[in-house]
Amino acid sequence: MAILVETDTRILVQGITGDFGSRHAKASLDYGTQLVAGVTPGKGGQFFEHNGHKVPVFDTVEEAARETGATVSAIFVPPPFAADAILECVDAGLDLAVAITEGIPVNDMIRVKAAMARKKTRLIGPNCPGVVTPGRGDKSHGGCRIGIAPGYIHKRGNVGVVSRSGTLTYEAVWQLTTRGYGQSTCVGIGGDPVNGTSHLDVLKLFNEDPETEAIIMIGEIGGTAEVEAGRWAAEHCKKPIAAFIAGATAPPGRRMGHAGAIVGGAEDTAEAKKRILRECGIAVADSPADMAQALLTVYKK
Amino acid sequence: MNIHEYQAKELFSKFGVASPAGIVADTAEAAGAAARELGGAGLVVKAQVHAGGRGKGTFKNGFKGGVHVINTAEEAETIAGQMLGQTLVTHQTGPEGKLVSKVLIAKSVDIDKELYFAILFDRANSTHSVIASTEGGMNIEEVAEKTPEKITTVTLDPALGLQPYQCRKLAAALGLRGMLMNQAVKLFSALWNLYSKSDCSQIEVNPLAVTKDGEVMALDAKFNFDDNALYRQKDVVAMRDTSEEDPREVAASEFGLNYIGLDGSIACLVNGAGLAMATMDIIKLHGGEPANFLDVGGGASKEQVSNAFKIILGDPNVKGILVNIFGGIMDCNVIAEGIVAAVQEVGLGLPLVVRLEGNNVDAGKKTLAESGLNLVSGDGLTDAAAKIVKAVAA
Repeated sequence: MAILVETDTRILVQGITGDFGSRHAKASLDYGTQLVAGVTPGKGGQFFEHNGHKVPVFDTVEEAARETGATVSAIFVPPPFAADAILECVDAGLDLAVAITEGIPVNDMIRVKAAMARKKTRLIGPNCPGVVTPGRGDKSHGGCRIGIAPGYIHKRGNVGVVSRSGTLTYEAVWQLTTRGYGQSTCVGIGGDPVNGTSHLDVLKLFNEDPETEAIIMIGEIGGTAEVEAGRWAAEHCKKPIAAFIAGATAPPGRRMGHAGAIVGGAEDTAEAKKRILRECGIAVADSPADMAQALLTVYKK
Repeated sequence: MNIHEYQAKELFSKFGVASPAGIVADTAEAAGAAARELGGAGLVVKAQVHAGGRGKGTFKNGFKGGVHVINTAEEAETIAGQMLGQTLVTHQTGPEGKLVSKVLIAKSVDIDKELYFAILFDRANSTHSVIASTEGGMNIEEVAEKTPEKITTVTLDPALGLQPYQCRKLAAALGLRGMLMNQAVKLFSALWNLYSKSDCSQIEVNPLAVTKDGEVMALDAKFNFDDNALYRQKDVVAMRDTSEEDPREVAASEFGLNYIGLDGSIACLVNGAGLAMATMDIIKLHGGEPANFLDVGGGASKEQVSNAFKIILGDPNVKGILVNIFGGIMDCNVIAEGIVAAVQEVGLGLPLVVRLEGNNVDAGKKTLAESGLNLVSGDGLTDAAAKIVKAVAA
């Protein structure tokens, strides 16, 4: 088992004919992901072809899901249309919508999040690298790759990774893989202040997943999501956790790339978060180079 | 994005938020004419810069105060003449100060009571909230800490926004009764309309004033806008004043780069916001100080990398450069070619440490090695950070 998606999960790509979407749809196909449908309004009936793959394109998510059995969507549509694309997944009853799109207005996300309450569909992101459940082939080939992460850096195994940042996730995954430790699932929850799935949500899933034995949680300045996850873990999580919080040197009041990475009050600085996570029994790495190392101090295998 | 006080007033007037009448002027003559139009007496002249503390500030020409009460049009003209084209230094501008190219002439009001009213994005609840307090003109964080009972917060339903009953509740909490309550409800509703229609992430009215004439008015306001929504807010974008921003950040944004200038001596160039922050952290951890945050993004072109390099090299504080790339999808060779192109164009007299990892890394390293550039290769993050800190210290 893994969390959220397995290697045989069937996915569709919204925005598959766009530049960004098509590039990553191709990478997912090359990785061996079960990418079974694309959606681009007005291009229904066409095919997305790559290296011998012939993926049907549909006008709507509902049709794509019905015709192909896709249960998960990777959303690559531009910001003005992204909120609507997420809601279309909810309407189609998908299990999971992964919004890669960066730059969705906060007001759009506030409305989407409210509309998704008590609905079946889970949202990951937006502004996230996506989700990878590594495959068992060479360089983790055959995995489920949703989004923009490089597939080859992964290795199937027992460490769960959850992060707000893309490249920092790859850094952690690479540190694990080069030390011989594989991953169950890697989840990028995104760098926006309003997102669908939190650190805490993912920790709960990892905690229940028999394949996951240990967890790396990567956070940033801004908000209190990491702290909430840490406090819950202190009480309930049965598995060792290591963490890194980026932004110890960030000046207050400035948005550090991610819309959500901005220090507001005293409690959302890197120092405050690290202190609280340590109090919760989490192994906190001060250096981004030591994320896997920190985990190995609490995860003996 | 920030806006000037006169622009905030324009927004207030467009959306029907009561505030003292005012006219903006960019010459002394225009200031005099504006003062005449507003009645000549009982007015204030205010320097327009994106910084607080204007009243207590000093101009570099020796003229004191960025806010003056005046009583004749001639006085307005004289005062404006002392401010326009001059640099105002306040506790928020830093010693370099800000150039004043516009002044606002506004009606001065006799204040009976100062209150506080703000609408802001509420991250913890994924919605917007309203905060009101009877303690106007004060720092709200301080009020929240010392006298939390004087603050009323209303969390808005994302689908409904600010409702009239909530406006009445807030007015009552502020002690605004009778005719004042009706005015307050109208003002709060108008502010919400402005806030939601303009994709604001904050409007802080401080003070919200009750005048001796029995009027409720927004005297001063601080605006913040959601950067992600600017594509659909053409009127807001038109208010942007790049002369108020860090020129390096303005240049970077033209090339689609995410740059924030800092005070240290080690510049960094990184792909990805999280890794860029983490790179600043690791520089500090090894005893150095980062000169900037710079995220070239996940799909940067050779030109972007080259431009990023030029912006870094244009900062006189920079004594060394650390390039940290984890090329997941991004081709390390593209980064390498961008570096080589930039250095060939502008030259490089500073230590440069490059750490490349990931996609096409061997080609990238080869490009750098064959370029003949005087650079040091970092073997992993820790090694790269240690090397650049050492090189800059030497």
